[in-house]
Amino acid sequence: MSKPSFEAWREKWQAFSDGLHEFYYAPYRQTLARAARDEEDLFMMMLFAESLGVPNPVAFYALELQPIFLEQFHDWHTRMGIEKSPFDHFGCC
Amino acid sequence: MNSVVLLLVGLAGMAGGFFFYSRFIANKIFKLDPTFETPAHAMQDGVDYVPTNKYVLWGHHFTSVAGAAPIIGPAIAVIWGWLPAFLWVILGTIFMAGVHDMAAIWASVRNRGQSMGAVVGNVVGGRARALLMIVIFLLLLMVNTAFGTVIARMMVSTPSAVVPVWGALIVAFMIGQAIYRYKLSLPLVSIVGVVALYFLIWLGPKVPITLPSEMLGMSDIGWWIIILFTYAAIASLLPVWMLLQPRDYINGLQLFVGLGVLYVSILLFAPDVVAPAVNQNLPDGTPSIVPLLFVTIACGAISGFHGLVSAGTTAKQINKETDIRFVGYFGAVGEGMLALSAIIAATAGFAALADWEAVYSAFGKGSVGAFIQGGAEIMNQGVGLDKELSVTMLTVMAALFAGTTMDTGVRLQRYIVQEFGEIYRLPVLNNGVIATLAAVIICVLLVFGTGGSDGAGGLTIWPLFGTTNQLMAGLTLLIVSVMLLRRGIKSWYTLLPMVFLLLMTMLALVTQLGSFYAKEQWLLLVLDVIILVAAILVSLECASVLRKEWPKKANNAA
Repeated sequence: MSKPSFEAWREKWQAFSDGLHEFYYAPYRQTLARAARDEEDLFMMMLFAESLGVPNPVAFYALELQPIFLEQFHDWHTRMGIEKSPFDHFGCC
Repeated sequence: MNSVVLLLVGLAGMAGGFFFYSRFIANKIFKLDPTFETPAHAMQDGVDYVPTNKYVLWGHHFTSVAGAAPIIGPAIAVIWGWLPAFLWVILGTIFMAGVHDMAAIWASVRNRGQSMGAVVGNVVGGRARALLMIVIFLLLLMVNTAFGTVIARMMVSTPSAVVPVWGALIVAFMIGQAIYRYKLSLPLVSIVGVVALYFLIWLGPKVPITLPSEMLGMSDIGWWIIILFTYAAIASLLPVWMLLQPRDYINGLQLFVGLGVLYVSILLFAPDVVAPAVNQNLPDGTPSIVPLLFVTIACGAISGFHGLVSAGTTAKQINKETDIRFVGYFGAVGEGMLALSAIIAATAGFAALADWEAVYSAFGKGSVGAFIQGGAEIMNQGVGLDKELSVTMLTVMAALFAGTTMDTGVRLQRYIVQEFGEIYRLPVLNNGVIATLAAVIICVLLVFGTGGSDGAGGLTIWPLFGTTNQLMAGLTLLIVSVMLLRRGIKSWYTLLPMVFLLLMTMLALVTQLGSFYAKEQWLLLVLDVIILVAAILVSLECASVLRKEWPKKANNAA
């Protein structure tokens, strides 16, 4: 049995809208992902600045946030060229 | 000759190329395999490697490769008559450009989606890779230089286009904000964006803007060039979501609208081509058709620049290997269609032969101005658009094409300067602002250094852009030929275009060398020599690699 025409049109519109999104985003996907990663690296740097010996005015909040970013921490320190976790209290590998 | 006949024959030729020749190349030569796991699947990362619907990918590929070049090249080349330009565009698209673009995507897909530089390094060797880097740098330099001059000339010749061309930046900025900050629906934003752009095109003729013909000892064209490069430098430093991404997007939509209106107008008006089939009355100083035709029209017939896009981004998103035929070959057909419309506009959009000859009074005089003038006449007669509005619409179309290519070109050149900074340990060049300034200053020096304060150098350099582009295409065809030989497959379909391109490129470079020497254009002469040396080295590299591979092929066959 054929689908109701409204449903069929809605699906076509959705497909068109998805294609348009892809057309808009895809050429810059890499550039945007890279920018997001750079931003995240800066944020991680701020989170762990105090532990690295750099005075941090928001150390209290940074310390509170550290456990939440445990999973990203490994990716970050390896991206920064540090093979093993530089902290004794915050090991991940 | 009626332009509709030209249009239909051209379209039929390209359609035949797509339905028959591309199928033959895809099945018998590249042996595209729907079961082959493409890098988009094998290395899927949600960023670079993403399997993409073939129609969407064709849209990306086409709008990335289509710039102002398929308009400028054919509009200059019709000075030799419409027939040579027509034949080169149609035959070039069918037998060279389509195969080249498919080949570049295929080579990259079979090499884990690597860029053309990396593929060259893997398949041919380090020397060829170094040559490629030089060719790419020169290519970007010439694109930025030539396009900067072309847009500046358009701003002066069509003051009504100033408001829409610069207003398009505001529209793009608003689209960027609407999508990223306010998360509005993209289809809705697109409709509003396109309507806003066409409102500006309507507004343009009512508010024409001109600069004084001379200020502080510099012409208005010179000032526009400086304004354009200042803008390009700023745009390349802004986050891409703010300006470049929405600008590329709105420009892509506008490309489909503009091309559609022009094609419908040609069909409705059906003007006669007033230019001669082969021009026997060439203005003094026009160079010989062979080899200059084959480098004056590069994009639109065959373009090495496509290889960079094909291997850089398209190949990483190919869902099924068999999609390469549609995305690559049909992408080249799209650009061929743009070049065909440029030929018709620049030869059929004039009332009489005398009018056409008045525009084509010297080599390089026709250019994009003839496309706009002729195309506007056709649109005026075809769909009844006001003449000034048509001129504005086509100027905006050409200027936005050139502008987005320039934006990307300056950004890529900045990356190259930063890379040089890393290689030669010059940390000062790693700074984004300084690297951008360096890239822009080189371009501006080249524009004024080769053409004086009116920036004529941007167009003088145009044939050098063609030769550099064809060299790049030659290198891509070499890589593919070697890959085919190693698989024991006939490689004539890529080798013959390669030999033809390299031969024409070198002949053109030698011809231009004499002309630059006679006119004492030393900077252009130096550039010509650099490209000639690169062309000779590329040819030697081709000969050496192919000589090594040929006996293996004979053994495989035995």
